[in-house]
Amino acid sequence: MTAYEKWVAYYTIIRKEVVRLLRIWPQTFLPSLVTSTLYFLIFGAFLGSRIGLVHGVPYIMFVVPGLVMLSVVMNSYMNTSFVMFQSKFFMRTIDEILVSPTPPWVLIAGYISGGLIRGIVTGILVLLVALFFTHLVIHSVLIIVLFLLLSSLVFALAGLVNGIYAKSMDAVNIVPTFVLQPLVYLGGIFYSTSSLPPFWASLTRFDPLFYIINGFRYGFLGISDIALWISFAVLAGLVFVLAAMNLYLLKRGLGLKQ
Amino acid sequence: MDALALKATDLRKTYADGTAALKGVTLEVPKGDFFALLGPNGAGKSTLIGIATGLVIPTGGALSIFGVDAFARPEHARRPVGVVPQNLNVHPFEKVIDIVVNQAGYYGIPRPVALPRADLILKDIGLADKRENVARELSGGMQRRLMIARALVHEPEFLFLDEPTAGVDVESRRAMWTYLKTLTAKGVTILLTTHYLEEAEQLAKHVAVINHGTIVAQGTLDEMLAMADGHTPEGEAFRGGKLEEVYLKLTKQTPEQH
Repeated sequence: MTAYEKWVAYYTIIRKEVVRLLRIWPQTFLPSLVTSTLYFLIFGAFLGSRIGLVHGVPYIMFVVPGLVMLSVVMNSYMNTSFVMFQSKFFMRTIDEILVSPTPPWVLIAGYISGGLIRGIVTGILVLLVALFFTHLVIHSVLIIVLFLLLSSLVFALAGLVNGIYAKSMDAVNIVPTFVLQPLVYLGGIFYSTSSLPPFWASLTRFDPLFYIINGFRYGFLGISDIALWISFAVLAGLVFVLAAMNLYLLKRGLGLKQ
Repeated sequence: MDALALKATDLRKTYADGTAALKGVTLEVPKGDFFALLGPNGAGKSTLIGIATGLVIPTGGALSIFGVDAFARPEHARRPVGVVPQNLNVHPFEKVIDIVVNQAGYYGIPRPVALPRADLILKDIGLADKRENVARELSGGMQRRLMIARALVHEPEFLFLDEPTAGVDVESRRAMWTYLKTLTAKGVTILLTTHYLEEAEQLAKHVAVINHGTIVAQGTLDEMLAMADGHTPEGEAFRGGKLEEVYLKLTKQTPEQH
């Protein structure tokens, strides 16, 4: 395939995905908005006023970046894992691409872009909802955009690995429920790890979400529990490892071909 | 370009559960031919097509399509190939026109080029009035025709049809035969698997019979029909055509007898 033909194949995968996302918007975009509104109400308006300041900012302002990131990573992950699993398991529509000359990396790029679109659009919508509850401080737009993209990319890639490997619907559902959500909640959405006892604070360092949330929060508030370059390095490392895993799986046909 | 559309040499496939689906298949399909690959369920027909189209990973042997090594240069080998799989695999909520046009996209054909081409094929195959319908609104036979339209949109030179008329009524089947004949008249090579032997007898120039993962006979249709001696297989109240008689004799023998 020429570079232009690869671009057409890539665009086709994305277009198909965007049409799907818009067709089922009550399933793709709405749930995160409802959940986030509840979080903002409970932790911001109801409980937040009693908690006071965290790192010198109102509690609701402190939790906004984490809640935005929660919707970004969950949506990016679930989009790629479910779409891949559905297309390989229920309808075998993945064969439409596998029988074509589309190279594996274009397929990965297309599916990942679908995850990025859903994750980032949902994140922006949640951010807009947050404006009804608090005003936003922006420390660095560049850091916000960088961490938004990298975080969404990491979890879209991780979701794709899950989707390719999964042999049952349970295998797709288990990870978001029993792995992703605990990691997100324990990564410091609702609290600063500096307030934890040393043992628990050091344990948090093993949670990739800790680096994501802190990096993203730094973009808004200019505060972080960890040096920014470490957060960036962890994310970049995860992108590299997960992209390599996906490419390996697709090239070998593991999980997709018999 | 090679005079052979497909050349398989000592092709082998053993699945993870130990099932040996192909036990050293050697097969040649001449360019421009209408080739019928016959065999009972589980004989290895779909596995052979799966390997040729990149959906099944072979255990051993070699396979080339128009002289291109399908294992060394898979994306290049798949370019001139169109596939109609045995099982229905169209997305139930996708529009008919999108299913066909998206497939063109995976071959690098841009949407403005693919749209009129898709409309023409849908008209030829009798689905023009279903253009805007989603696939789930189509009958089983219509979905099969849609899969043929999808396989043709990138104008393949080699079409694999894995039981394309299964579950299709007699009238539609005959219309499909006529359409397939127009394709071979244009120079398209067709490899067809079917359980309707009168279909093979009507359409094929060459026939191969596969049983227990081994090619048990192959030749021109006339050569195969010459193997009929008018004697019915033992214990059968035989009322079929000549090819059916030959087929039944060949597939009732154990592999060791060949």
